[in-house]
Amino acid sequence: MNSYTLRTTLVVAALACGVTALPVAAQTIKIGLISSYSGPGAAQGDQIDKGVKLYMKLNADKLPPGVKIELVQRDDTGANPDVAKRIAQELIVRDKVQLITGIVWTPNLAAIAPLSTEAKVPVMSMNAAGAKILNAAPYMARTSFTLCQSAYPAGQWAAKKYKKAYTAVSDFAPGHEAEGCFTRGFKEGGGEILGAVRIPFANPDFVPFMQRIKDAKPDVIFAFNPAGKQAAAMMKAYTDLNMDKVNIKYLGTGDIVTDEELAGMGDAALGVTTVHHYSAAADRPANKAFVAAYKKEYGENLNPGFMVVGAWDAMEAIYAAIRAQKGTIDAQKTVDFWKTYKSTTSPRGAFSIDPDTRDIINPEYLREVRKVGGKLANVELETITAAIKDPLKEWDKTDKK
Amino acid sequence: MEAFLSSLVSVAFHGVAFGMILYVISVGLSVTMGLMGFTNLAHGVFAMAGGYILVSSLARFQIPFPLALFLSFALVALASVVLERLLYSRLYGASELEQVLFTIGLIFMSVAVARLIYGTLQQPVLLPDYLKGQFSLLGRDFPAYRVFLIAFSGAMIAALWFGVERTIWGAMVRAAVDNRAMAQSIGINTKRLFTITFAIGSGLAGLGGALGADIVAIQPTYPFEQLVYFLIVVSVGGLGSLRGPFVAALLIGITDTACKYWLPEVGAFFIYAATIGLLLWRPAGLFGRRA
Repeated sequence: MNSYTLRTTLVVAALACGVTALPVAAQTIKIGLISSYSGPGAAQGDQIDKGVKLYMKLNADKLPPGVKIELVQRDDTGANPDVAKRIAQELIVRDKVQLITGIVWTPNLAAIAPLSTEAKVPVMSMNAAGAKILNAAPYMARTSFTLCQSAYPAGQWAAKKYKKAYTAVSDFAPGHEAEGCFTRGFKEGGGEILGAVRIPFANPDFVPFMQRIKDAKPDVIFAFNPAGKQAAAMMKAYTDLNMDKVNIKYLGTGDIVTDEELAGMGDAALGVTTVHHYSAAADRPANKAFVAAYKKEYGENLNPGFMVVGAWDAMEAIYAAIRAQKGTIDAQKTVDFWKTYKSTTSPRGAFSIDPDTRDIINPEYLREVRKVGGKLANVELETITAAIKDPLKEWDKTDKK
Repeated sequence: MEAFLSSLVSVAFHGVAFGMILYVISVGLSVTMGLMGFTNLAHGVFAMAGGYILVSSLARFQIPFPLALFLSFALVALASVVLERLLYSRLYGASELEQVLFTIGLIFMSVAVARLIYGTLQQPVLLPDYLKGQFSLLGRDFPAYRVFLIAFSGAMIAALWFGVERTIWGAMVRAAVDNRAMAQSIGINTKRLFTITFAIGSGLAGLGGALGADIVAIQPTYPFEQLVYFLIVVSVGGLGSLRGPFVAALLIGITDTACKYWLPEVGAFFIYAATIGLLLWRPAGLFGRRA
């Protein structure tokens, strides 16, 4: 349905209902939001949902007058590419959405990519971070991050301070990616990797793995697990074995101490050092305002995690694209707009989108878990880099030459 | 050599500790399923409830740790009486399939309820200071909480064994499970007996969930995620036996830890391979009475 017929329909409908005072002819932009509302990923989906709703509530005035957003929410039930593909198809064909966003999981983004290309529907990923999916999907862009953006500088930073490292990651694709990127950064800086262990998903006890690492006597552990109970269990094993007392540093990407999970992880997380693009404890004014608004909406004890920021920034990029097109959405124009998109108002600090890859160029910070006002927080210590492109795609370019 | 001995001690200790964790979270099932013969897949629901009670008591109401443990036993046991009278008792004679369907349904409901009350995130366990930190023995440090878990589980198996093997209640339970009609005809009130036994089993599940909460995180999908461990422990140990699950948990704990330590790439799968192997060798489990 194009905007003209939509308007006609609305007018006809209004007349039929006997409404006399019609407001400015309303123009509705339909946006499909694919997220996880049920299943094991519901916690992540909840983050996305909170970010989207908060942005829409606080920024209604940022749309051109008369333009309304209609959000069509769909549940992908978790990392479930078949379902994601089906609902994306329904959104495009039946609901006729002009744009799709949300998307927590990488496999789901990969499943939607061919549909986006074929139907020429712009897709803005709020979270799914698999590095190379955007390559073959010219209408896709991303406001989240890639894992390597954190893991590679973590390796570079660690190489300056430590000689020997041991990597311990969960045995799944993101874990392997984090391990590879950290290792490359650490070795390029002259560090030595003593060993690498990949820990299966269904693993209730991390102590044996950590004991092995302790006995190898590295200077630093590089850890990557899904945030929450896995990450917490591994840190607990680390503290249970007194590894902090024998000067083994615990380093990771921000994924292991997400701001929303941190409170539940307990004191085992204290002192954990991570590299990431977002911390709820950051004292940038834009972030302080954002966190205050979030707490006001959802409760004093809740902190927004990086997924909320991914959703927030995606909505901002979508609103900006709508403004730039004076209240419409054209696929090509939207993507072209995103390619040169820059934000200076994001809670994470200034970021931009890479015109070549449509992927995000993030700032990265070094943080440490400390207690602030009695609560655990990721305190930012230094800016590791103000803008980093996804290293994996950059390596692809240089390796080809 | 010294390094090897030292790692041997670590592996032995952590293996026993992990075995005790497995035992503690499964002990309730060894009563309701092992002893009473009810295919109670919803065991994890009671364990999770116990965990949540402990977590809330410690964090929200500042109740001391021992009392919080007792509460997680008592409240879960009480709640289970209601469930048993209303639902479980109708399915004692039913087929295993019906019991499985019913208890799986119960899990789904509990997951949704837990998510509604506590949200999806895991809950922190605020252990008292005397259970944090390290316990020194022979110049080596051991995590205090795991030492406590080993001691506590030891006491628990002793009490349970005594109760079932040496008391009149235990004799009545064994009689009623083996032949309910006969037990009734000699004047045992099997209805009340089963209610009490079920309450004890569920209370133990709650206690186990609470004790294990520091290591096995309490969050809404707990009953599903841990189900495989409960079942491994009880099936390897053998139905109808109390000693079995204890030995099985210990065996699995030690070998699993050893494999993870020395062969981390494949070690974590050992627990499943061992289960399959053991059950092929002895389908009724290590100490199974009924084939």
